[in-house]
Amino acid sequence: MSTLTTSRITGLFSVNQEAWVKLGLMLIALALMLIGLVFPLYTLLLKSVQNSAGDFIGLANYRHYFSTPSLVNSIANSFFIAIMTMCLVVSLAFVCAYGITRTCMPGKRVFKVLTLLPILAPSLLPAISLVYIFGNQGYLKGLLGGESIYGPIGIVIGMCFWIFPHALMILVTALSNSDARLYEAARSLKTPAWRTFLTVTLPGIRYGLISCAFVVFTLAITDFGVPKIIGGQYNLLATDIYKQVVGQQNFQMGAVVSMILLLPAVLTFIADRWVQRKQTAQLSARAVPYQPSPSPVRDWVFALLCFSVAAVILLMIGTAVYASLIQFWPYNLSYTLRHYQFDGLGGSGWESWFNSLKMASSVAVIGTLVIFTVAWMVEKTKEFGLLRQWVHLFAILPMAVPGMVLGLAYIFFFNHPSNPLNILYGTLAILVLNTLVHFYTVCHLTSMTALKQLDPEFEAVGASLKVPFWRTYLRVTLPTSLPAVLDISVYLFVNAMTTVSAVIFLYGPDTRLASVAVLHLDEAGYFASAAAMSVLILLTSVVVKILHAMCTHLILKRSQIWRQR
Amino acid sequence: MSFTTFKKTTLALATALCVSTVASATELTVYTAVESDDLQKYAQRFNQAHPDISIRWVRDSTGVMTARLLAEKDNPRADVIWGLAATSLLLLDEEGLLEPYAPKGVELLDPKFVDANTPPAWVGMDAWVAAICYNTIEGEKHGVPMPTSWEDLTKPEYKGHVVMPNPSSSGTGYLDVSSWIQLWGEEKAWQFMDGLHENISRYTHSGSAPCNLAGSGEAIVGVSFAFRAARLKSQGAPIEVVFPSEGLGWDMEAAAIVKGTKNMDAAKTLMDWAVSRDANELYNEGYAVVAMPGVAKPIENYPADIVERMIDNDFAFSAVNRDRILQEWQRRYDAKSDSK
Repeated sequence: MSTLTTSRITGLFSVNQEAWVKLGLMLIALALMLIGLVFPLYTLLLKSVQNSAGDFIGLANYRHYFSTPSLVNSIANSFFIAIMTMCLVVSLAFVCAYGITRTCMPGKRVFKVLTLLPILAPSLLPAISLVYIFGNQGYLKGLLGGESIYGPIGIVIGMCFWIFPHALMILVTALSNSDARLYEAARSLKTPAWRTFLTVTLPGIRYGLISCAFVVFTLAITDFGVPKIIGGQYNLLATDIYKQVVGQQNFQMGAVVSMILLLPAVLTFIADRWVQRKQTAQLSARAVPYQPSPSPVRDWVFALLCFSVAAVILLMIGTAVYASLIQFWPYNLSYTLRHYQFDGLGGSGWESWFNSLKMASSVAVIGTLVIFTVAWMVEKTKEFGLLRQWVHLFAILPMAVPGMVLGLAYIFFFNHPSNPLNILYGTLAILVLNTLVHFYTVCHLTSMTALKQLDPEFEAVGASLKVPFWRTYLRVTLPTSLPAVLDISVYLFVNAMTTVSAVIFLYGPDTRLASVAVLHLDEAGYFASAAAMSVLILLTSVVVKILHAMCTHLILKRSQIWRQR
Repeated sequence: MSFTTFKKTTLALATALCVSTVASATELTVYTAVESDDLQKYAQRFNQAHPDISIRWVRDSTGVMTARLLAEKDNPRADVIWGLAATSLLLLDEEGLLEPYAPKGVELLDPKFVDANTPPAWVGMDAWVAAICYNTIEGEKHGVPMPTSWEDLTKPEYKGHVVMPNPSSSGTGYLDVSSWIQLWGEEKAWQFMDGLHENISRYTHSGSAPCNLAGSGEAIVGVSFAFRAARLKSQGAPIEVVFPSEGLGWDMEAAAIVKGTKNMDAAKTLMDWAVSRDANELYNEGYAVVAMPGVAKPIENYPADIVERMIDNDFAFSAVNRDRILQEWQRRYDAKSDSK
């Protein structure tokens, strides 16, 4: 009797204790999001209604903005670029996604791998290549018919290159989720192919298509790397922020432009969330996946289309590699490796690559642990409903915040003399935090999906066995979700390696990153070295990606052994 | 690995660590606009004399460094400025950002290169001089003749072939604008720039970019400065360096201590070295005119009479009017500028 009471009491006590630990963890997660996202953005908003001395001046900065024609023009320019890019990328990606999912075209796997490449390179790389392809000394200059690559044409082509894989992935997913029974019905009704396409295929993927368009639009309107290199005289919102902040140290105006750039990004984000919610209810449990049957003509036409896209991708990357190996373009075409000795071009060449490596690995390790654990808390705990909802909301939010805006917000928040956190300013830690927050959303959603697939019984069994929740998490949840966890860490690594928009404001004298170095090399006119550094970033990402594929393969193999027993 | 080797290695590592901690006893954050290909060399030469002070460079173009120093006024992050335009330092001094200090041996410098106040707020290092880079191959191909004067650049045959640095970000760009105003007076200078603007294909972020662009044939004429032009030419770029006949704008690279530095002793050591003979010989490797008289040796691809061709530069004018001139320049031409 007495032992029973004691054990019940200790049981109760430990349940209570666990709840406290959970509450503590949730509060830490919340604090992270407040410090990493909400407070900086709030400071940014404040700055946009202050003058340089910090007094409140209402909307005077905005009035000044809208009365300066050269600044206001950028709004129209940004929208024009984003919409053009959206139309081009969505149609190209649709053709290719159709080829992958609905035809039996040869070489699908090779094609899929090739289309991944642009994601692994910084967005500065296509812009640098374009200068070599279509610049005044470009080897295909004739194709432009006298138009200059420095400006809207160059920006749109460059953006298409690096946004294409994102669009392709969304559309491939959308096109894979189709119900073969509808096509069977159409065939038995002798519906012509074009009609089936219009009445079955398109409606079936409409949400995916809309979502894809939104994603492309947001990426295009917020990108900084491409227009910075090849924009010439064509001003965009993202480059205006940089110009105001770095060029003129006019932080207030930078804040105003940031708020203006934040608006379309947030709106498309909200619209996208709304569309996503609709999409989930679309596919019934009885749907049969569509299996394409061979049709030589169609298959080869699509193979041709897809591989011409892949050829363009290879041409861009090949050009960057070639440019980095040429002695002195275009007058001395002998090969050299000297552009890879970044020494003497700004004091930190290889050092910046090591910094990037350090930063990206830290983001990958810390980020994966934090994000997956937080997602697990949100998905698998039953307590603190309101708190969990808030954490979930803050976890989704970063996707709506452009990198430039987040970076500038960090300057305001972390460089404030009275903020005790200002010791972080200029350190690697702030770069890690910023990058983690910047790419939080996709990882959070991936984690949630992976966790939803796990049976809630695990936690219930763990609790009934009186095993503390963290042991269940470490022993069961984490190992079973290892493939998803690896996916997240590689996503974080690659993005941390290639991102330039947020970190451009935040690096310090000892923490210059490789992507920032590319930009500075280009600004100073060392175009070949800029190409070399972006190739280096690409290679690093490729190597990590290959390692990741091998790890996943091994893990799946081992988990298969477990299943076979 | 045997135990002794292990012990030896540990010992060696520990010693190395100790040595390296001693060697990097003081770290100086140095803001600079010195050409990035020379930064390492500057730090190395300084460290030959003072291995106990390590330099953390923060480098960008003149305008950006100036704006950054101004923006950090309340919370300075730099210890020393080594290699920024004198016009910028005059401005920073006016804002009370500099700590006056007379480096040991400053009296050996040409007085023109030292701030007139005692103790001086800044000391000069060398002069950098405007020059035009002209791509001979592309010039011939497109029938664009080699310019000989600034006026030439407004001729219609140069339309779309000229690149020049943006004066708000680039010190070279600003010394061009300021020298044209000093040469011809405001009205004529703006008229000239209006004409020039018609021919400009792009305003760049940095002062070396136009010459690099001309060197690689992306532009035919790049308004740049002699150091970059001479260096590119000796690296084999097909360019001719043009020193326009009306006269050459120039500015001085200078050094100063930032007020409020926590490393005053090290900062003073750096300043002492920055005026030394060794330092002046170092500057002379890239620049024809240096602060210490009698040091300068002629440099490849520089004209011998470069000093006579430099305009009589009024630094006070350039510094006091900097903000106004840049505002006016932005109002007129900014739509056609690189994102800085």
